[in-house]
Amino acid sequence: MRRGFWLWAAALATYAFLYVPLAVVVLFSFNDSELNASWVGFTTRWYGKLLGDADLLQAAANSLLIAIVSSTIATILGTMAGIALHRWRPRFLPFLVLTPVAMPEILLGVSLLLFFRQVLDLTLGLFSILAAHITFSIGFVAIIIRARLAGMDESIFEAARDLGATPWRTFVRVTFPLILPGIVAGFLMSFTLSIDDFVITFFVAGVGVTTLPLQIYSMIKVAVTPEVNAISTLLMALTLTLIALASRFAPDALRKSA
Amino acid sequence: MPGSSSNTERAGRLTRWLVTAPPAAFLVVFFLLPALIMAAASFREPGEFGGLAPLAAGGMNLDAYRFIVDDPIYAWILAKSFAVAGLTTLICLLLAYPLAMRIVRSPRRRRDLLVLLVILPFASNFLIRIYAWMIILGPLGLLYSPVAVLAGMVYVHLPFMILPLYTNLEKHDPALLEAAQDLGAGRWARFWRVTWPLSLPGVLSGSALVFIPVLGMFAVPELLGGTGDLLIGNLIKEQFLDNRDWPLGAALSLVLTAAVLAVAGLSAALTRNRGQA
Repeated sequence: MRRGFWLWAAALATYAFLYVPLAVVVLFSFNDSELNASWVGFTTRWYGKLLGDADLLQAAANSLLIAIVSSTIATILGTMAGIALHRWRPRFLPFLVLTPVAMPEILLGVSLLLFFRQVLDLTLGLFSILAAHITFSIGFVAIIIRARLAGMDESIFEAARDLGATPWRTFVRVTFPLILPGIVAGFLMSFTLSIDDFVITFFVAGVGVTTLPLQIYSMIKVAVTPEVNAISTLLMALTLTLIALASRFAPDALRKSA
Repeated sequence: MPGSSSNTERAGRLTRWLVTAPPAAFLVVFFLLPALIMAAASFREPGEFGGLAPLAAGGMNLDAYRFIVDDPIYAWILAKSFAVAGLTTLICLLLAYPLAMRIVRSPRRRRDLLVLLVILPFASNFLIRIYAWMIILGPLGLLYSPVAVLAGMVYVHLPFMILPLYTNLEKHDPALLEAAQDLGAGRWARFWRVTWPLSLPGVLSGSALVFIPVLGMFAVPELLGGTGDLLIGNLIKEQFLDNRDWPLGAALSLVLTAAVLAVAGLSAALTRNRGQA
C-alpha cells in the first residue's frame, strides 16, 4: 500500500499547487491592508473601491459587450464550420479552423495588428477586437460541434432524408435539436475565451477601448494592490457560475471539449 | 425522373457551399490573409514613424533576417526560449503524471469531479493566475527571477498536460498490468514496460500543448521575470509596440512560426511512429 500512498501524496501536492495561489488571491481581497504580505483584519473596502473606479467599470462593460457580440457570431460561424468538417470532410477547412486554436496567441495578435493598421488603415478599437475574438473562437466552437456530431448515429439523418425532408428541414427538425447542447457549450466557451483574452486583445485594442484584462494588466504592471484581488475574486465567481451553467445545460459537450 | 437526381445533387452542393463559405471566408480574411501579409512584411523596410515604408521607397530585402543572424543576442534568446519551454514541459510532465494516474485509479463516478478540479483554476483569468504568483513570490524575494518565470509558466500550462495524459491513461486495459504481474514483473517493471510506453501518445500531445504556447509567451516573463529573462515573445512585442520596427517584428514572428511548426511536426512524426510500432 506504500505506492498508493505516494501516488496520493503527489496528486494532492499538485492539487495544492493548483489551488493555493488562487486561495491566497481571494483571502487577501478581504485583508485590511494595502500590502498583500500579512493578514491584518477583515474588510470589504476593496470591493467598495472597485465600484467607485470608473475606468474599471467602463472596461468591464466593454468586455461584456465584446464577449456577447463576438461569442454570438463565433457560435454561428463555428457551428457551420463544425457541421462542414463532420459532414463533408473538406481538405482545406481544418487548416483554417484549427490553426488559430493551436498557434501561439502572439502570432495571431501581431499579424492582425499589421493587417488592421498597415493594410486596412483602420483605427483600432471595438471592431478590431471583435474580429480578433471571433477569429480565435470559431475553432473552439467547431471542435465541440464536430465532437457532438461524431458521437451520433448517421442513420437518423438518412431516415429524415428517406422520409423526404429537405436539407433545411432535416437541419431544423433533426440536426439542430441534437447539437443544441453543443451550441450552448460552444457559446459559453467562446464567451469565456473572449472575456478572458489578454494577449491578442493587447495587440489589437489600440488606445481608445480598454477591456477588463487590459485594465488588470495595467494595474498589476504598476503595483500589487488588493483592488486587483477583489476584481480577481469577482471574476472567479463569474467563471464558476458560467461553468456551473454549462455543466447543467450540456454536461457531455463540456466533457468532450475538455 | 431523370432530372431529379441531378437536382438533389445541385441542392447538396449548394448546401455544402452555403454552410462552408461563411466561416471559411471569415477565416481567410482575418487569419490567412494577415498571416501572409506578415510574411511579406518581414521583407520590407520600416517606416519613419512605425509601420512599413512605402514599397516604392523601401523595396523588398532580407535586411531584417540579416540583422537577426548578425546579432548573436537573437540566437541566444531563441535558445533560451527553447530551454524555458523544455524545462516547463518537463516539470509539467512530472507534476501531471502522478495526478493523471491517481485520477484513473479512482472509482469511475469520482473521476469527473477530479478532472473538473483540474480545469477549474484554469478557468480563472490568465492574468489573475500570474498575479497570484506575484503576491506569493514577492514577499519571498523571488519575484523578477528565472524561478518566478518557470513557476508562472508551469502554473499557467499545467492542465494542458494533465488532460491529454488522463484521456490516454483512461483507455489502458487493466488486464495488461495483471498479465505483467502474473508473469512476475515488479512494480517498476510494470510501469516502465507497460504503462509508460502505452502512454507516450498522451505524453507527446500534452508536451506539444505546453511547449508551443510557452515558446511564444510574453506576459509571464514580462510580469514575473527580470530584465534578463526576456524571451522571443517579448522581442516580438517590443518590435511591434515599443521600437516600432515592424519588419524586424514580422521576421521574428516568422522565426517563431518556423520553430512552432518544427515542434508540431516532430511531435506528429513521433506519434505516427509509435502508432506503427
